[in-house]
Amino acid sequence: MEKELRLMKGNEAIAEAAIRAGADGYFGYPITPQSEILEYLMEANPSRTTGMVVLQAESEIAAINMVYGGAACGKKVMTSSSSPGISLKQEGITYIAGAELPCLIVNVVRGGPGLGTIQPAQSDYFQATKGGGHGDYHLIVLAPASVQEMADFVDLSFELAFKYRNPVMILSDGAIGQMMEKVWLAPQKERSKTYPEWATTGKPPERERNIITSLDLDPYAQEQFNKKLVAKYNEIREKEVRYEEFQCDDAEYLFVAYGTSARVCQKSVQLARAQGIKAGLLRPITLFPYPSVRIGSLAEKVRIILSVEMSAGQMVEDVMLSVNGKVPVFHFGRMGGIVTTPDEVVDYLKSKIIGG
Amino acid sequence: MAKIRGSIVVNIDRCKGCEVCTVNCPTGTIAMAKEVNHKGYFYAFPANPDLCIGCANCAMVCPDGVITVYKTKI
Amino acid sequence: MAEVTGIKEIIKPENLAYKRTRIMTDNVLSYCPGCGHGTTHRILAEVIDEEGLQSEAIGVSPVGCSVLLYHYIDIDWQEAAHGRAPAVATGIKRLLPDKFVFTYQGDGDLAAIGTAETIHTCNRGENILIIFINNGIYGMTGGQMAPTTLPGMRSSTSPYGRDVKVMGNPLKITDIIATLPGTYYVTRQSVHTPANVRKTKKAMLKAARYQKLNKGTCFIEIVSNCPSGWKMTPVQSNKWMEENMLKYYPLGDLKVPPEETVQNANNPEKK
Repeated sequence: MEKELRLMKGNEAIAEAAIRAGADGYFGYPITPQSEILEYLMEANPSRTTGMVVLQAESEIAAINMVYGGAACGKKVMTSSSSPGISLKQEGITYIAGAELPCLIVNVVRGGPGLGTIQPAQSDYFQATKGGGHGDYHLIVLAPASVQEMADFVDLSFELAFKYRNPVMILSDGAIGQMMEKVWLAPQKERSKTYPEWATTGKPPERERNIITSLDLDPYAQEQFNKKLVAKYNEIREKEVRYEEFQCDDAEYLFVAYGTSARVCQKSVQLARAQGIKAGLLRPITLFPYPSVRIGSLAEKVRIILSVEMSAGQMVEDVMLSVNGKVPVFHFGRMGGIVTTPDEVVDYLKSKIIGG
Repeated sequence: MAKIRGSIVVNIDRCKGCEVCTVNCPTGTIAMAKEVNHKGYFYAFPANPDLCIGCANCAMVCPDGVITVYKTKI
Repeated sequence: MAEVTGIKEIIKPENLAYKRTRIMTDNVLSYCPGCGHGTTHRILAEVIDEEGLQSEAIGVSPVGCSVLLYHYIDIDWQEAAHGRAPAVATGIKRLLPDKFVFTYQGDGDLAAIGTAETIHTCNRGENILIIFINNGIYGMTGGQMAPTTLPGMRSSTSPYGRDVKVMGNPLKITDIIATLPGTYYVTRQSVHTPANVRKTKKAMLKAARYQKLNKGTCFIEIVSNCPSGWKMTPVQSNKWMEENMLKYYPLGDLKVPPEETVQNANNPEKK
């Protein structure tokens, strides 16, 4: 089967990509600005084609726990929500991380805190990359910057989730979720007919019973498990860093931005260069693992690094850790659901150059 | 008329001495020992084995499943 | 293994009348002496064994005293977050509809923190079995007031007795569940006497068969004791339960399916 070209919203692209990736189940609850994912799946009704289960749960909490149940059966399952809903899911997410279950969680971020706004924001970076729930854990976090990546990252997420037995989050935002772009959709994959050996599928006589749990009352055993997780996260840090560079080769001023902000900064690079300012952009694609090593080496060559995010400054902390004091690091970005404009970024950069 | 005779085996290591079996024994077969098991529980035992009718009441209410029951017609 | 035996001549394999099922593992139960959890576990394991469900069963254990249930019954298990077992079971059953899926939950888990999951799972008629242990107290955390704690009943968080004006009334959640069209069989049982054990086992057998027939949610409440939490001996606690708990939570079926379905279930072609 060929790839197929369609004009779609980012949210729709995720939904269609999930069907095509051979996902076994989706459990969700409506919340703006991501309800199209659930709506699209309900309309597409993949139970009749691929056999994929789509269920509207009574809450985000129930949805993530349905994901837990399905994932523990070795199935490709996912949920999606937006910021307030993702906060509700955190209990389930930490249990999933603690039980080492593969799954996909999509966060189409809106402004907060609290009920906040329904407009796009990037203010869930800490929550997504530093754990989010209680206990020492990490999600693998992918940050799409286009509708195409919304689609492509679904299959990639499942691949990484099963490879590492770890939950994966697609950290998008209301802008990418809602905007329409052309998207090449991958051909339909068949749903897997095999199960990982750890899955709870009913215990045949020839094997020991499988137990999916995040509980260990013995602190020494729990510490061993924590060490195992740390080793896994370190392996992920080593092998799965993804990023993209835009005009970094001769850059003196480096923007670091992901998702919607990265699209804005591409234009900012062009505007700055038109004014004789050699700007470049590093776009982290994985937010965990973070491209720290690359940013650290770019810090040897540039004068200033500017982290551009639609937040009060969250990713900038990771940039600072990566740079480790080599060059000044600043943050710029709008909040409250306002998308930063390319001009604003250039103006801020200029103020730092002139001011600095 | 055939008479039903029973006999029980109590795994005293696992008995927690809750006594629920003794109050559910219709014949007074089972009672609590005067000595304790290795965990310090007074364990249940067939104090009057001749009275046992093998009804399995004791085993059925035993939370820890420590009683095995045998029964035969004589 | 140290054991004491009755009349040795009767102890022969052919005379075996009752033995702990092999589906129970050798792990020593973590429960206090006389706790109804152990009895209920054994009944459940017997049903799994006798119905040939070991290779199909996926259990969901709760948070509470029975959190370690997966150590005791030799089947595949998932351990759910507090109150979320019905949602977890929904995920399992939707993706593996041919498996025998059940949850095992206490009163705090099912009727307080997990009320929404319980009600909505039953309302969707998820084809699972929910086993609900109601002993009117939070046992594992040390005897706090539960949603099902009786009026006036003392606990560590109702030390002067449950004042319903301040603390709310005991929740008869099983009565609510029985009103939902998604449920097929709803019953309230106990395990403190041999007769009640037999009835509970029969209820679980029925529920297992109904699940095979895709009938909807089966819900079995088991009114049970908590000798430690109630600060009584096990025998006293069973007596207190009969005199107090069973008055508020009377035993019996709350929703009975048409009987012929049971007969049909008895004659399916054996796998």
